[in-house]
Amino acid sequence: MSVTIKIPTPLRTLTAGADEVALEAGTIREAIDTLEAKYPGIKDRICDDKGVRRFVNVFANEEDIRFLNNLDTELSDKDVVSIVPAIAGGSGPTSSK
Amino acid sequence: MEASQDSAALSGQGRRYPSVIHAIGNTPVVRLQPLERETDGAHIYLKLEYANPGGSVKDRAARQMILDALAGGRLRQGVTLIDSTSGNTGVAYAMIGAALGLRVALVMPANVSAPRKAIVRAYGAELILSDPMLGSDGAIEHCQRLVDAEPERYFYCDQYANLSNPKAHWLSTGPEIHAQVGAELTHVVLGLGTSGTCMGTTRYLRQHLPHVRCLALQPSEALHGLEGLKHMASSLKPAIYDEQVPHEHLAIDTETGWDMADRIARETGLHVGHSSGANIAGALQVAKAHPNARVLTIACDRGDRYFAPLKWERNYTW
Repeated sequence: MSVTIKIPTPLRTLTAGADEVALEAGTIREAIDTLEAKYPGIKDRICDDKGVRRFVNVFANEEDIRFLNNLDTELSDKDVVSIVPAIAGGSGPTSSK
Repeated sequence: MEASQDSAALSGQGRRYPSVIHAIGNTPVVRLQPLERETDGAHIYLKLEYANPGGSVKDRAARQMILDALAGGRLRQGVTLIDSTSGNTGVAYAMIGAALGLRVALVMPANVSAPRKAIVRAYGAELILSDPMLGSDGAIEHCQRLVDAEPERYFYCDQYANLSNPKAHWLSTGPEIHAQVGAELTHVVLGLGTSGTCMGTTRYLRQHLPHVRCLALQPSEALHGLEGLKHMASSLKPAIYDEQVPHEHLAIDTETGWDMADRIARETGLHVGHSSGANIAGALQVAKAHPNARVLTIACDRGDRYFAPLKWERNYTW
């Protein structure tokens, strides 16, 4: 499945500034693993050994994956996955001023 | 403590004030004795800023910024106070605005917790939501665009650049700590958000208690869950922030801060927010490293402000 991952500003240092990444994945887990393969280190920021970190929300389209099937949530073609900090703290160096 | 002690004897002196504005400050300091067992004779003090009427340390800065703007004529009837805020400052502006009959508009990232949004609306403030993917810096930029478009309509309070923010702590937090703990104090640990609390309090303490080591604390990672704190290296640097003011800098990760907030609720009966948990974790680190230290930190707000019902928060506006 061809999906789009939306990257929050604090992680854009790892994606060379990209705010969106297009990749192939059938589940959220695959999407994050593929992201890690492209941008080493990013998975640790999103997940710990128990799954998605407590202070990070991952949305499959409009739905928080905690209310779906967590990392095993299946994705369809053209789905949009958003990684959103649970809070609104610091942003990233890519934001302009 | 004896269970039979009379509660009147345990209470501090009650005070009577002409308005809610006057009731800001003079917050209590309590010792965290269960944590002290891990140290070599240290005392750890927590200043309960959540005892402010708006529920957070931000009442102090908001009051000073509003009073100074009114005195200078920049804020007046017919002009709307506007600012970007991740929450607590917004609550404070909204509360003080209601008390003084001022219009208040607040720009918050859409992923601020639901209770925050509900509280500021309860005070009658206008709430403007910014892109959650852009965090608090996105809210700052959104706010600047609104002000640039209609400069005559708004007074842009700009807590990140407003010198009345650290001034509030120079005038109140610092002197209160001086009076409450006094010369025995050896260290203070203060989290950095706008940096107002840290800048104002530290400058006061460096002048009046020069032996005290002042440590600034921030999240260890750019993507963190310590609401209200800023990872400075990856953020727009607040104009009021000067990294030379603290003697030292500490970094705390989100999990440590969250776990400490959970722990001290159960062990001390103090239910604090995550940034306060990080502050306390930092204070404990310092207390462990220095035998007989007297370390003070701040509980910025209460934990119930973060009971975010996730199910109500599912639908963001992108």
